[in-house]
Amino acid sequence: MAWIDHLNNVQQLVLFSAIKILGVFAVTMTFIAYAVLAERKISAYIQDRVGPNRVALWGISKIPVIGPFLTKLGIWQPIVDGVKSFLKEDFTPAHVRKAYFWLAPAVIMIPALLVLAVIPFGSFLGNQKMVIADLNVGILYTFGIVSLGVYGIVLAGYASNSKYPFLGGIRSSAQMISYEIAMGMSVIPVFMMVGDLNLTQVINYQAHCWLIFKAPLSFVIFMVSAFAETNRLPFDLPESEQELVGGYHTEYSSMKFALFFMAEYANMIAASGMMVTLFFGGWTLPFFGLDQPAHTIGMGIAHIGIFLAKIIVLMGVFIWVRWMWPRFRYDQLMDLGWRRFVPLSLANLLATAVVLWLFSRH
Amino acid sequence: MSASDIIFYIFAALTLVCGILVVANPVSRNPVTSAMFLVLTIISMSGLFVLLHAFFLAAVQILVYAGAVIVLFLFVIMLLDLKEEQRRHVNRVVAALSVIVVMVIAAAIIWTIWQTKLGDGLDSAHLEGSLRAVGHLVFGKYILPFEILSLVLLVAMVGVILLSKKELK
Repeated sequence: MAWIDHLNNVQQLVLFSAIKILGVFAVTMTFIAYAVLAERKISAYIQDRVGPNRVALWGISKIPVIGPFLTKLGIWQPIVDGVKSFLKEDFTPAHVRKAYFWLAPAVIMIPALLVLAVIPFGSFLGNQKMVIADLNVGILYTFGIVSLGVYGIVLAGYASNSKYPFLGGIRSSAQMISYEIAMGMSVIPVFMMVGDLNLTQVINYQAHCWLIFKAPLSFVIFMVSAFAETNRLPFDLPESEQELVGGYHTEYSSMKFALFFMAEYANMIAASGMMVTLFFGGWTLPFFGLDQPAHTIGMGIAHIGIFLAKIIVLMGVFIWVRWMWPRFRYDQLMDLGWRRFVPLSLANLLATAVVLWLFSRH
Repeated sequence: MSASDIIFYIFAALTLVCGILVVANPVSRNPVTSAMFLVLTIISMSGLFVLLHAFFLAAVQILVYAGAVIVLFLFVIMLLDLKEEQRRHVNRVVAALSVIVVMVIAAAIIWTIWQTKLGDGLDSAHLEGSLRAVGHLVFGKYILPFEILSLVLLVAMVGVILLSKKELK
């Protein structure tokens, strides 16, 4: 690998960033595919069904015991789902506003992927930091990009030019703007404790004690707001099937619909990644010396594995909640956001400031 | 010309072109299109801030303007369903007048910049300050203007709530 040393700093930065971006993208896409499968399987077991258990890959399903087991698990289902969404007819209704109709699925997918850029998914591999962009304003970047996510939904509702998607778009933009405020204010106490906005610093701070124990109220508000931001049940008013057909993506079909679907899961992954980073110590574990940045390749890979495992647990919670809770009513949703969470997070902020001030005096 | 110069010209051109398309789009007179080009203008402007190593300003620019203010614009435009705006033709006299006004203001700004004879500026190593320094300045030296600004915003907010109430009790 001598040729890497011959490159100058800028070339190395470009090369390693490209590799990291490709890696994160590939892992995220795989996660999305299997999160959909997990959603279907878990919902099936919760409702006492079996779920997808038919897709068999030629050759592998012939292997005794393992082959049928993998088929029963539905492990090949994501491949078939993907092929299906590519091959279905891509129908554009006559009454839509075409430019926005084509734009909306892309606009919703891009912010979902961009958020992942600042999340540290490991400590070091060799001498490369395992984060795509180690920004000093990390969390502000995240909130900036997350706030752009609403455009995709609004544009989809507007472009479809029919009443149910439009209602869905309006509902979701109101919902996302409202919960962004609570979400933004809930994490301020975290950064007051850490004293830095950089997410790597946040993780270093948590080497001894995870922030969920120091700021439990922040975590609760952040988690509930994350459900609202990703339009998941119990807050999936924008696409509530019984009243709005399918909400903002009613008019979409084929891969365009699949993009909306994937964006929802990408947003869940990003939200889980943020929660892991802010409240669950990121890539650290408080034993076996795993709380310090890695010096060997093995430790580096272990850190990435820990991070992914934590994300999988939180994704499981996202899915589990969806099939256990009924949907809120719209006025209850707004009431919870504005009249409960905003004052609560303000009080949390004030209390944290007072406690920190008292401690700093001694 | 270095890479950052090229990026600067790309973002600057994008800002100007999108800014023009907000008000004078030759293809579409749809208010939603204008709002979306305003979003693009703001995103390219925050790109310019990043080139100046002002990451905080860049992030806040996107967070506040693209993420909140223009979403509300879009919200209102969509709810009002402004069909009339699309049909209305451009009033030539008003258009000519506005071009003249814009040119006068632009000339005044360029003249001012010319007169102040800007130096070379700081090199990028001195430009990038920590967020802590911004906080110290805002809540230390400039606490009074900051608080006055907050009050002005609060007054505006209360005013809007009062105006939007149908009947005062």
